Amino acid sequence: MTIGIKKVARPREMSFPESLYLVEIVKGLGVTMGHMLGNIVRQEGIKTIEYPEVRRRMPPRFRGKHRLMKRENGSPRCVACYCCATACPAKCITIVAGESPDPAVEKYPVRFDIDMLRCVFCGMCVEACPCDAIRMDTGWFTPPDDTREKLIFTIDMLLEK
Amino acid sequence: MPTLTINGMAVDVPQGTTILNAAKEVGVEIPHYCYHPMLSIAGNCRMCLVEVEKFPKLQTACSTVVTDGMIVRTETEKVRKAVTGVLELMLIHHPIDCPICDQAGECGLQNYYMKFGLHKSRYALEDKVHKKKVQDIGGQIVLDAERCILCSRCVRFLDEVTGTRELHFFDRGDHSEISIFPGRPLDNNYTGNLADICPVGALTSKDFRFKCRVWFLKGFDSICTGCSKGCNVDAHFKGDILYRLKPRWNDAVNQAWMCDFGRLTYKAMNEARLLTPIVRVEGARKAAAWGSLLPQVAYRLKEAAEKGGPDRVAVIASPQSSNEELYLLRRIATKLLGTRNLAFTHRVAGDGFADDFLIQPDKNPNSRGARLLGIPFGAAFDALVAAIAGGGIDALLLVGNVVGALSEEETAALLAKVPVVVQVGTNEGPVSKAATAVLPSASVAERGGTFTNHAGRVQRFRPGFPARGKAKNPIEILVELGNRLGAGWTFDGEASVFRALAETEAPFSGMTYESIGMFGQEI
Ligand code: SF4
Ligand code: SF4
Ligand code: SF4
Ligand code: SF4
Ligand code: FES
Repeated sequence: MTIGIKKVARPREMSFPESLYLVEIVKGLGVTMGHMLGNIVRQEGIKTIEYPEVRRRMPPRFRGKHRLMKRENGSPRCVACYCCATACPAKCITIVAGESPDPAVEKYPVRFDIDMLRCVFCGMCVEACPCDAIRMDTGWFTPPDDTREKLIFTIDMLLEK
Repeated sequence: MPTLTINGMAVDVPQGTTILNAAKEVGVEIPHYCYHPMLSIAGNCRMCLVEVEKFPKLQTACSTVVTDGMIVRTETEKVRKAVTGVLELMLIHHPIDCPICDQAGECGLQNYYMKFGLHKSRYALEDKVHKKKVQDIGGQIVLDAERCILCSRCVRFLDEVTGTRELHFFDRGDHSEISIFPGRPLDNNYTGNLADICPVGALTSKDFRFKCRVWFLKGFDSICTGCSKGCNVDAHFKGDILYRLKPRWNDAVNQAWMCDFGRLTYKAMNEARLLTPIVRVEGARKAAAWGSLLPQVAYRLKEAAEKGGPDRVAVIASPQSSNEELYLLRRIATKLLGTRNLAFTHRVAGDGFADDFLIQPDKNPNSRGARLLGIPFGAAFDALVAAIAGGGIDALLLVGNVVGALSEEETAALLAKVPVVVQVGTNEGPVSKAATAVLPSASVAERGGTFTNHAGRVQRFRPGFPARGKAKNPIEILVELGNRLGAGWTFDGEASVFRALAETEAPFSGMTYESIGMFGQEI
């Protein structure tokens, strides 16, 4: 493919009425008012929602905030195999493995942090997990927060969801 | 010399060579489990089957000795089918614990499954025979009997190398299981090697257990600092943390093995490290900057030598230092400070345990090097300590973390007699607590150089990663110190120091880093 050149028109000189601004402001307000009145008359047509009280239904394969699954007895299903951390392109999963008190489990995550600020929501971690221990099916975007530390999700936060 | 053809390639090999080793000569890799170059041949895993013309059945390459005119094929359909079948048989009762198995990533089963297996299991999960998992069998080893493929490498190792024979096979058929006798755990100083030779995750290291996934680790060539044998090791690290040492093959030193004590020496390079220069001001320890501390230290040493005469200054060397560092230190002591008070000792706290295999009584990697470089020891060291204790020393330059075998109290009492104690050390310890100035030094993993082992073999160790914290390569520290004392050195790094050393020191004459190479060179 050859790369073509496209000329982009520069903003033209403003005409005299435009340069007064007043007329244009009134025109703009007209558009806003028009929408407002329209919304008052036909409320069901409003596009915005009261997030997070009201949530949109997400498509089934939407990749949202992560959660860690639990076994029947409530312990994490994750066995700290590091497959997710290995697959993660953003290197945002930090795992520290330990000896589980349950000898049938052997290995479990003492720490399991996901740095949500670095996560790119690619879903590779979910793909990589051999135990179906991590899912991204909560339907939530990462909620905003006021410090970076609060957006490093720990194992307790991830198990809660 | 018999000549044979392997996959159409002709090769000449000495009489008595096996097909497996002959194939290696022409770059053909034959899969194997039970074969280990340092152990006797068992021929029980059947992974190494190959087709040999005129033989009605497939032959095990590890145990079949070549004959003249033999025609071997390793890539035929018949071989592939047999090897896949062997692998499937081994995996019938295998737990496939890979997510929690420390061997994953360097596992013989995983590797060969990807190459020759890739079959779906035809065996029902509930029919698998279960065996004892997570057994602490003593030494540095955890045993998972379920993962064992019964290759008997461990049994042969304990029989032929250590002679202690703790592991045995029990039961028959599917229920065959590797184990110790009840109440008779592994009892030798070389148990860590079992984790290395076990081709699967049946025998894994207790120390490394769950610490890190092996695919995150990087390795570099190093030398064990645990004793004067100087076992060649592969040091594995991630970031600036060491995770394990593995023996590196060197027929002239440690073959394929290393001792359990040496295997854990890496810990000192991670923990309780001196990472920032420290100066003691009116009794309190304070962090200092290199830029101000080095000139200050040099000034103090010079001042003491000028005021009371050079023999009021002393230098204690360390057999933990490389040849290059010892050479610089000796020149600082004798040429620049002009003192006769220079000595080292190989003595350390502990019993100096040794055996007739690898472990040497001298627990330092470079005592031989220090002696060859003419640094006094023994009675000279005792005399120096006596001089210090008698208050005859005004300034002391001390390399290392301890003073010989002295205890913490003895060290503190001794060093309290000297107004200026400058330490070049890697770890917190009795000396760093008492020193007036601490110059933090890079560990063996963070610097390069050479050690001379007990038998006079000069071997190189290489840096794996940059010095942690504000620590510096001791060569850099000593060169800068030397220059501040008027040396005018232009050394940049260990290689240039070694060149100078090889020129002037008779035992090392003619040696270069190239001639030392991977495996070392005898004096
Ligand atoms: S979604 Fe992608 S970036 Fe985020 S944690 Fe998983 S693998 Fe890493
Ligand atoms: S891949 Fe799954 S089991 Fe493995 S560490 Fe990640 S969440 Fe845990
Ligand atoms: S021994 Fe190998 S195949 Fe078996 S569980 Fe361990 S890594 Fe997996
Ligand atoms: S424990 Fe390992 S080395 Fe020993 S027989 Fe089993 S697989 Fe082989
Ligand atoms: S390697 Fe030849 S039979 Fe095991």
